Amino acid sequence: MQTKSAGIAKFDWVRASPWLCTFGLFVIWEASVWMFGIPYYILPAPTQIGYAMYEFSGALWFNSIQTLWTTLLGFAMAIVFGLLLGLFIGWDKRIYAGLYPLMIGFNSIPKIAVVPILVLWFGAGWLPAVLTAFLISFFPIVVNVATGLATIEPEMEDVLRALGAKKLDVMVKVGIPRSLPYFFGALKVAITLAFIGSVLSETIAANSGIGHMMLTAQANFEVPLVFACLIALAVEGIGMYAIMAGLEQRMTGWAHRSGFNR
Amino acid sequence: METFVDISDVALRYTGRAGSQDTLAVEHLNLKVHRGDFVAVVGPSGCGKSTLMKLATGLHFPSAGVVRLDGEVVNGPVSIAGMAFQNPVMLPWRSTRDNVLLPMEVVDPHRRQIRTNRTKYKLQADEILASVGLEGAGDQYPWQLSGGMQQRASLCRALIHEPELLLLDEPFAALDAFTREELWCVIRDLHQEKQFTCILVTHDLREAVFLADTVHVMSARPGQIIVSRTIPIPRPRSIEITYETEFAELTHELRGHIAEARG
Repeated sequence: MQTKSAGIAKFDWVRASPWLCTFGLFVIWEASVWMFGIPYYILPAPTQIGYAMYEFSGALWFNSIQTLWTTLLGFAMAIVFGLLLGLFIGWDKRIYAGLYPLMIGFNSIPKIAVVPILVLWFGAGWLPAVLTAFLISFFPIVVNVATGLATIEPEMEDVLRALGAKKLDVMVKVGIPRSLPYFFGALKVAITLAFIGSVLSETIAANSGIGHMMLTAQANFEVPLVFACLIALAVEGIGMYAIMAGLEQRMTGWAHRSGFNR
Repeated sequence: METFVDISDVALRYTGRAGSQDTLAVEHLNLKVHRGDFVAVVGPSGCGKSTLMKLATGLHFPSAGVVRLDGEVVNGPVSIAGMAFQNPVMLPWRSTRDNVLLPMEVVDPHRRQIRTNRTKYKLQADEILASVGLEGAGDQYPWQLSGGMQQRASLCRALIHEPELLLLDEPFAALDAFTREELWCVIRDLHQEKQFTCILVTHDLREAVFLADTVHVMSARPGQIIVSRTIPIPRPRSIEITYETEFAELTHELRGHIAEARG
């Protein structure tokens, strides 16, 4: 950027693009708030939110960490359970046919309706948050793993079965590696869902976490702090997504060989 | 010569979904293949050629009749057959060499030895890859290879465990004419060298006449063998013979039978 003519020619727009867009969004936001004279209790400007973040940095940090590990715990449960259930469902057409409608039905239930039940069973606190994160995020993992298994090429299955391969051989050699790109793709969706689940539960019944902090801030009319909580959540979400995407790239690079979006 | 594959009076009915009619894929199907023979099966589309392959390997069971392989009644997947299809179906996460070695990880006794003796198997895979003109391609991923090269690798995978029976289901149909002829020669040489029994299902009459000892013509569905024609051209055959009169006459004769079969 310093040597201007050469710098512009070599400037990597793809790498810079996310930062520029984010920065641009905040600039437009800030400008709009000042230009239209929007009061801070309706929509605070990014600078006001920034100040709230600084002012309450201790509490914000504590609650962010709380929400992060609650989410990750639920997410980890979703990975283990989702992977096992996905393999089980994808194992056989009959199991697939039998359990799929149940899965759809379960996933259609708004999780906000489930939280009170969880609170009833386990009491208010971190456990309902972990469970909500788990319940909301395992579905895409199950569906994707099962789909990966269900779409094995029939020729490939014939090749192996004509060699005397058992169902387990076909699964281990072909089915599971084949469903990994689907699995890692699902993790990216699932991690963001897990955040939604844990925060949802925290806003209903918890003593800590970003969700709880937002609720308190709202009650105290600290609107900039509410927004500060939202931004903290967004940052956590992006961070975890990036980790999942990196993992996907590392584990299943072979599945991303097309130059389609380059 | 001793009969290796014996399909006698076999029928196969595919059960459709509830309410729809069952499909009779083959009926009164009789086919005998001697050990070490190369036979080709030709016929109009949808005549049950692929069904015949699945019957021979025990992937499907006959609704009537008996399939025998090496004297034994087939009542499960046979576990000794190599197969190759029009679509090479390589696993994209494995190198070409590891794709070729896939059967070794499944077939006894190799599946127990491959872990401890990886180097030996690796050499064996490289050797067979070299024999089809794929020297040094073992480390590449299949999707880095051309269609013809993938099909060669697919043949290697079908042959690595030295099967007694090789089944080819239109393996060259998706390739260009020159590559196809090259691969005919690859198959011809491999058969010459290893003397396996081979059943080739194809639409291509020139391919059938060039490669096979006997060409069987199947009727339209429900399929059965209507003509079996021995190909008297001496081996080894060169591509040049495909331009000779005898060759042309044989293909022409078979073409007549297929036209009849289509009705």
